Amino acid sequence: MNTFATTIGQPNATSIAFFFVFILGTLAITWFAAKKSRSASQFYAAGRSVTGWQNGMALAGDYMSAASFLGIAGLVSLKGYDGLIYSIGFLVGWPIIMFLIAEPLRNLGKYTFADVVAYRLSQKPIRIAASIGSLLTVCFYLIAQMVGSGMLIKMMFGLPYETAIIAVGAVMIAYVLFGGMLATTWVQIIKAMLLLAGATVMVGMALSRFGFDVTALFDAAAKTYGDNVLNPGGLVANPLDALSLGLALMFGTAGLPHILMRFYTVPDAKTARKSVFYATGLIGYFYVLTFIIGFAAMVLVGRDMIGSVDKGGNMAALLLAEVTGGTVFLGFIAAVAFATILAVVAGLTLAGATTLSHDLYVNVLRSGRSSEEDEVKVAKRATVGLGIVAILLGLAFKGQNVAFMVGLAFAIAASANFPALLLSIFWKGTSTSGAVASIVTGTVTSVVLIVLSPTVWVSVFGNPAPIFPWKNPALISMPLAFAAGWLGSVLVPDAKARSLYDAQQLRNYLGVGAE
Amino acid sequence: MHTPTADPTRDNRFSALVRKRWSVSLTLTAIMLAIYYGFIAILAFRPDLFAARVGAHMTVGIPVGLGVIIVSWLLTGIYVRWANDDYDTDVESLKHAMRENRE
Repeated sequence: MNTFATTIGQPNATSIAFFFVFILGTLAITWFAAKKSRSASQFYAAGRSVTGWQNGMALAGDYMSAASFLGIAGLVSLKGYDGLIYSIGFLVGWPIIMFLIAEPLRNLGKYTFADVVAYRLSQKPIRIAASIGSLLTVCFYLIAQMVGSGMLIKMMFGLPYETAIIAVGAVMIAYVLFGGMLATTWVQIIKAMLLLAGATVMVGMALSRFGFDVTALFDAAAKTYGDNVLNPGGLVANPLDALSLGLALMFGTAGLPHILMRFYTVPDAKTARKSVFYATGLIGYFYVLTFIIGFAAMVLVGRDMIGSVDKGGNMAALLLAEVTGGTVFLGFIAAVAFATILAVVAGLTLAGATTLSHDLYVNVLRSGRSSEEDEVKVAKRATVGLGIVAILLGLAFKGQNVAFMVGLAFAIAASANFPALLLSIFWKGTSTSGAVASIVTGTVTSVVLIVLSPTVWVSVFGNPAPIFPWKNPALISMPLAFAAGWLGSVLVPDAKARSLYDAQQLRNYLGVGAE
Repeated sequence: MHTPTADPTRDNRFSALVRKRWSVSLTLTAIMLAIYYGFIAILAFRPDLFAARVGAHMTVGIPVGLGVIIVSWLLTGIYVRWANDDYDTDVESLKHAMRENRE
């Protein structure tokens, strides 16, 4: 174990070269996509022309954030086995999406998951409530990504934080504004390929030091840091907290607006299913790689070195790239991490802009009567607006502890978006009041409980003890959202919604009339 | 609520199709929930089970954890296989029958 002088944080020629090739390439795609991003269906859903394989790659690209790549590899490198618990939690939401909501989403919706919730309910109240759930999920996720990206780029390239944030915001706005869903999809696909290829090569180079025998790697880790690195540690000390986190990760995935929106880019339910299958395989493979990367960094870089560059261990994967492939490979992986951030914020921004224009402007302000031209114009303005908001949020939260925000985004998605979606699809008795009550209850309880939890009350506000004991509120907020949905539907029934259920069933199960 | 008898949702074949889909969906969902929450329960209550050694330096927990990832993916594969072959064929024939009824 000899420490080496890392060049992370100094401008790296390969990194900058790769980075410019990526930006130029993706902007060229955006330019080609611009001609095909004029109508609403093109702008929001890439004209429903995406193939199963492409959408599978794009779903994986949307989901594999820099936080999961660098964060989980870092967690494994410092904590060993426990990092795997997060990886598994992030993956198991995908089968749930497949079994419960992929087909209904594709068959009942048009551009957003709110279309599905509002299918047989009173449009305005539902759209407003669902938009709040969507926008909060998108915003908290965006803040986490933006702040993370600013810090990451500062560390990797030595650029000032503010410059990094503005650069990310500007490029991301260009993708979405000019290229809509088509460009965003291709950015995700390219990023997913780069990330998977980079991680695969890194694992190959790391394992070549152990005679391509994974057990030899675990062996070396146990010899250096003791057998405990291979055992579950203190991450799930509290069973209820662990269960709560598990619920948030699993059902939160099935309530993320930018993920659910991808189901409208494929022509039919059959393709939607295939794309979930491909995405699950790619994401699963990726998490297996990050697990190995974490252990390889632990052994080849060393925990002291990883901890000295970044306390949270976020540079573990980059340090491993440097140890195994020198500054050239480090440059490549750094550029890939940057591309990863860009792609994820673009996907989030498009989802937010679609909610603002399609759900709020068209279906609430204009009561569903708006020309397509107007709608796309509003969507493009919303893109610029959201992009600027993302930049401002990134600047405002500089240096803040935003680690809890991804957890919050998942908690709201699991408590506000998922229960309402499930109730509206599968329960005939769901009424407008019930669905609104469910969304509002899920949103309010998850936000309030997170604020009172150790992650905010203690870590951010610096109070001595939390008021709410668990780090994640899903175990409370999700059942409450279902209960509120049931209670609201029983107290204020909705005869119209009940009578439309049969027609909805036909479309849901047979795809009759699906767009 | 009076529904005309021509309503396809009253058709036995349609309700059979819906039932079949639910039994497949819910069975697979139950398997997934059991695997994942079983995994969390072992971590929380009996982490020593995962700390058991297989071979010199390999624990039970590592292959089990990676196994959860692989099994999750295989479950989605089983579902796609069933839905794209079996279920979609039924849907097509039912739609065909509905069109015939209308004519």
